[in-house]
Amino acid sequence: MDILELKKKANEVRRNIVTAVHAARAGHPGGALSSAEIFTYLYFEEMNIDPSDPHKADRDRFVLSKGHSAPGLYSVLAERGYFPKEDLLTLRHTGSYLQGHPDMKHIPGVDMSSGSLGQGISAAVGMALSARISGDSYRVYTLLGDGELQEGQVWEASMFAGHRKLDNLVVIVDNNNLQIDGAVDEVCSPYPIDRKFEAFNFHVIRVEDGNDMEQIQKAFEEARRTKGAPTAIIAKTLKGKGVSFMENKAGWHGKAPNDEEYGLAMKDLEAIGEKLEKAGGADGK
Amino acid sequence: MENKKKIATRESYGNALAELGKKYENLVVLDADLAEATKTSTFKKAFPERHIDCGIAECNMVGIAAGLAATGKIPFASSFAMFAAGRAFEQVRNAIGYPHLNVKIGATHAGISVGEDGASHQCNEDIALMRSIPGMVVLNPSDDVEAKAAVAAACEHQGPVYLRFGRLAVPVINDRPDYHFEIGKGVTLREGDDLTIVATGLCVSASLEAAEELAKEGVNARVINIHTIKPLDEELLVKAAKETKRIVTVEEHSVIGGLGSAVCEALSDTVPTPVHRIGMKDTFGESGPAAELLHKYGLDAEGICREIRGWMK
Repeated sequence: MDILELKKKANEVRRNIVTAVHAARAGHPGGALSSAEIFTYLYFEEMNIDPSDPHKADRDRFVLSKGHSAPGLYSVLAERGYFPKEDLLTLRHTGSYLQGHPDMKHIPGVDMSSGSLGQGISAAVGMALSARISGDSYRVYTLLGDGELQEGQVWEASMFAGHRKLDNLVVIVDNNNLQIDGAVDEVCSPYPIDRKFEAFNFHVIRVEDGNDMEQIQKAFEEARRTKGAPTAIIAKTLKGKGVSFMENKAGWHGKAPNDEEYGLAMKDLEAIGEKLEKAGGADGK
Repeated sequence: MENKKKIATRESYGNALAELGKKYENLVVLDADLAEATKTSTFKKAFPERHIDCGIAECNMVGIAAGLAATGKIPFASSFAMFAAGRAFEQVRNAIGYPHLNVKIGATHAGISVGEDGASHQCNEDIALMRSIPGMVVLNPSDDVEAKAAVAAACEHQGPVYLRFGRLAVPVINDRPDYHFEIGKGVTLREGDDLTIVATGLCVSASLEAAEELAKEGVNARVINIHTIKPLDEELLVKAAKETKRIVTVEEHSVIGGLGSAVCEALSDTVPTPVHRIGMKDTFGESGPAAELLHKYGLDAEGICREIRGWMK
């Protein structure tokens, strides 16, 4: 898929996120929107997966360690065809399989249940180790929040992955700089994030704009070429990206838009979509 | 009992793993810098490439075990009960219990029989913690024979299992040809009609001794070995409650939340029966040789007899 198509998909993922969280009347739009390019690139370009066979043994695995960004994961899974897009409207509803946080038992395409911060990365490390033990070639990806780095377990897992040189593991940090109580560097600074992962023997890739699909692509290509060490991609992103009134606002970490805000948000995303369509026209695509 | 062979169930755990490693190619063993103590070192000698030392990081070890299980391995995650069930409780609950992953937790050094290390390392709360997790099987074998059978059964079982082992060498009491282990099935070791002693783990052996002592005084106690705390053999317990009218539970664990609580919960529904719970009475342990501590806290045959006599007066 070319870059423009990926950008269009990312915008669709954002529309799904806003629609799902609005329908749920609760949830976490901010960190889901900041990760839209990462989700899109992973599921439409990077990972070896088959939506018609979600349990395929040799598939690449993804663990959403920042489990509260579930609307982002569900949106890309629906967009990729793992389940009907209409089901996103049942997010967080009683009886729906789309639980507030990822549930591997009931959601096609979810490789690991998560939600309690700091734990997903350990499971991802276990999966990467598992492939190493049995000589399998699949790769494992896990997405963490920057606030999540405050959990000590992240560094237990990183120490292990670096020590074991798990080069089939890619840790991505969605560095949107905001957590519930404010800016991460005001609450309890995780910086310098890059040097921390380097100290744990990771190959570190810094992405200046993690909402730029070209930069995301370059980072994953570099990760794939990296041998002898796990990779950490530190992607600077904008929380709430794409919805003007949500951008860079900690208040939109875990709040659903009301009907009026939903209308405004979808208008913003439609405008972005139209711009991308025009860009396609100009490129002659 | 003194002339019986004695083996610590942690030894049985290591030996069973080394044996099962031959049969199950996808069996992997994790430890957190305690392989010599938990006896997973026995497995490590046989299958070094399938033994993973995670370093002193139990929470991460449990998460790694979850990832291994999610990709088709049968991981046994090993540490002291205090750290496996205590420190990593939330990881066990969320990364193993909630997704019902096929992880086995081999927890050694449970209870006060840890001895000299003292209260910080003597976990008397693990059964309470583990049995509160939906879908978790909780096994607490009484001797070498049962411990090895429990590890094999855990390996066959699909889903999370918590196995509790001890540091102290305990008498082998199940070395009979017709011994059969089945998850969820209690074992009646001694018939009797005056009361039923329901025991688990290393307290089974002491309870048998206590029953012999009580018999000399004309009190005929039935003794039931509950090696599976969850799922509990309610049928066997209800039958015993109906037939003997009185139940005493004995465990090397807090009287809050362990075997005693589980038995009370089971009986209160159908056959409300007086139940006296013997165990750690809402207190921490302390340093000392294991046998002395078991004596001090009333978990040897003498202490069990004393409690029962007092209760039955």
